[in-house]
Amino acid sequence: MTPELGQIALILALGLAALLGTLSLWGAWRQDARWMALARPLAAGQFAFVALAFALLVHAFVVKDFSVAYVAHNANSLLPLPYRVAATWGGHEGSLLLWQLMLAGWTLAVARFSRQLPPDVVARVLGVLGLVGVGFLSFTLLTSNPFDRSLPAPADGRDLNPLLQDPGMVFHPPLLYMGYVGFSVAFAFAIAALISGRLDATWARWTRPWTLAAWAFLTLGILLGSFWAYYELGWGGWWFWDAVENASFMPWLVGTALVHSLSVSEKRDSFKHWTVLLAILAFSLSLLGTFLVRSGVLSSVHAFASDPRRGLFILAFLVVVIGGSLGLYAWRASAVAAPHAADGVHAPRVRFAAWSRESLLLLNNVFLLVTAGTVLLGTLYPLALDAFGLGKISVGPPYFEAVFVPLMVPVLVLMVFGPVVAWQRGSWSQAWQTLRAPALLAVALAGAVAVVARASLGVALGLLLSLWIVLGTLQLLRRRWVAVPGQPTWLARARALPLGLWGMAAAHLGVGVFVAGVTLVKGLEHAQDASLKEGDHVVLAGHDFHFVSLAKGKGANYISARATFEVTRDGRHVATLHPEKRLYLVQRMPMTEAAIDRGFTRDLYVSLGEASPDGAWGVRVQVKPFMGWVWAGCLWMALGGGLAAADRRYRLRARSTRGVAGHPSAANPSAASSPQAPGLLPPPHPVQP
Amino acid sequence: MKPRHQRLGLVLLGLLSLGVGAWFVLSAFQQNLVFFFTPTQVNQGEAPAAKRFRIGGMVEAGSLKRQPDGLTHSFVVTDMAQRVTVQYKGLLPDLFQEGKGVVAQGRLDADRRFVADEVLAKHDENYMPPEAAHALKQAQAARAQASGAQP
Repeated sequence: MTPELGQIALILALGLAALLGTLSLWGAWRQDARWMALARPLAAGQFAFVALAFALLVHAFVVKDFSVAYVAHNANSLLPLPYRVAATWGGHEGSLLLWQLMLAGWTLAVARFSRQLPPDVVARVLGVLGLVGVGFLSFTLLTSNPFDRSLPAPADGRDLNPLLQDPGMVFHPPLLYMGYVGFSVAFAFAIAALISGRLDATWARWTRPWTLAAWAFLTLGILLGSFWAYYELGWGGWWFWDAVENASFMPWLVGTALVHSLSVSEKRDSFKHWTVLLAILAFSLSLLGTFLVRSGVLSSVHAFASDPRRGLFILAFLVVVIGGSLGLYAWRASAVAAPHAADGVHAPRVRFAAWSRESLLLLNNVFLLVTAGTVLLGTLYPLALDAFGLGKISVGPPYFEAVFVPLMVPVLVLMVFGPVVAWQRGSWSQAWQTLRAPALLAVALAGAVAVVARASLGVALGLLLSLWIVLGTLQLLRRRWVAVPGQPTWLARARALPLGLWGMAAAHLGVGVFVAGVTLVKGLEHAQDASLKEGDHVVLAGHDFHFVSLAKGKGANYISARATFEVTRDGRHVATLHPEKRLYLVQRMPMTEAAIDRGFTRDLYVSLGEASPDGAWGVRVQVKPFMGWVWAGCLWMALGGGLAAADRRYRLRARSTRGVAGHPSAANPSAASSPQAPGLLPPPHPVQP
Repeated sequence: MKPRHQRLGLVLLGLLSLGVGAWFVLSAFQQNLVFFFTPTQVNQGEAPAAKRFRIGGMVEAGSLKRQPDGLTHSFVVTDMAQRVTVQYKGLLPDLFQEGKGVVAQGRLDADRRFVADEVLAKHDENYMPPEAAHALKQAQAARAQASGAQP
């Protein structure tokens, strides 16, 4: 009975989403307060029903209701409970439902935390989110219903793909989806601005925290996916430039550009059209990612569906959303360009010099976007060629690495200047004065390390870059810290600085740590394959790996061979590792469970291959220096995004920006930014065209 | 320099770097494309001798051999029409099995043996790499055509 209830809940949610998508937009169009007031309750209702449907699906997994086809396909009576719950999003239908849960959740959050926004803005934003919800809910109901029964019920289920039976499954998909779907809010704000024709610094201030939060979640989601692949796939790789990874990385790149361009829109009332376009692009790439991953176009552990109707539906949805929003952009952007033309006053056009924070952020945006474009090329070209029957090719990591690194280096060099250089017109000598010490220190340290450790040129340059970012960012923090007018305690001083600054600093430091980690692990890692019998040794990078013994083991739904390795260095015991080879019984699938000893300066990684008839095992041992720094860097970035999103200034009621009802005046950009930017010039003068 | 000139310079610099960047991206792209060939195509000499490429098909049953070092493997990839011997040093992926689909990446050596540096792991026991499926289909189609032409 409960699965049918779930289906009804989904249908009701679709109805509410349709009402939300029509009534509130209509109300905002007619400026009718009664219609607009419906937006919030409708958003809450949509969330309630989607959450109910989701809970019922989880329930079906928990009670092992194998009469539900989706449950039978993705679970088994032997599957432990936490994985049965995670199996809810282990397949196509359930992961779509998770998408919807996230979307409804973000919609509800916008409804809940938008008290300070004008009602017509809220109604439009929620309306657009409702329309997106209609698209996904009808997709689910028409092509991928998770509640379909298969009667008579099978005695037992087919089990979850053993690769997915991992704690990573519990966290990676929800976090990644939070990020993907979170960009729908920025998208909705952008569409709302295009519809209303109102696009000012206040708009950017409303959009920013949502975008930052989505970006932080996406960062965490990608991090967890990579972390999971690192220990689960058993080969010690952590980023493969696989199409599925690229699908999540492209929205991240554009999202990063969006976060930065939003800061210009907010602080300087500039770059606004560009920002709107980026918001549309970021969400479009999220949808494209969903399409690539979920439609079965790509074959991977992430692709479940091979039903062509599904692919077609997502493709059509993609065309409608991207085509529609870009069309709206083309049609409305010029009207939005002169928001006060009706009053006979021209919008101030903000000019900036070649060396200014605006220019630096513009460069950041251009490089990030070009990078996203190159990733898109490498991801879509093989698919397109195949679709047109022109041959099968693949584009491997060498392409992405050859292109990605040179494109990122300028971004990394310039990102230290960005926060130091003044808006509108910066001064070279001032920037140099501020950053001279960190620059010289970075060169000295990187040079010293390169000479002492005899590092290659690549490693030395990578370290130089990392030190430049970390030291430069610390210098910026120090400057701002000293500039805080007399506060008695450290804590008071720290709190006097805006959270947005702390967030930016944390994220930039994270980039520095990440660059150091990638440089060192890529430059200094060692790996060796060996064929070992019990008692054999293999020595790698000063570590002695001793294959002590092998034992048979048994888990809930698998049997295993479990090896014991003792690792010593200079005669001292370092770690005991237990790599495993498992055979999952239901799907008869072998799995390598690597054993990793994580450390601050290195990871030791052992994985088992297969056994030969003479009792020797194929073994891969790896020493990966500073691997943990890669994860730590990403965590810092996500933390930075979270801190910036929590900045109080975004939650303040923007009183000064709201004029007489219906005639909002342009926000004064300097009012918002003056506490944060000491080197700021007076507000820009209107320039007659 | 007036701001106007400065901006013009900025725009020109931007265009220039964009052009250089595009050239650089496209050449990197072209250099790193890896083409796919079926065993039939390889034996007909269509595959490049000097470049890396991918080969796919079924692992012929009973063809997997391990060298005494325990790490060097050789097996035969077939599309049911033609066979190519593949040599690979390293651990084979979990789901590598005789009689199942496989994709290997590498190059031909002097004896026209395929020396792989990568054998692709796939994630599901029912899953056939699309390249392997493609190779089998091609060979099947060729056979059907040949038998259709004869009578």
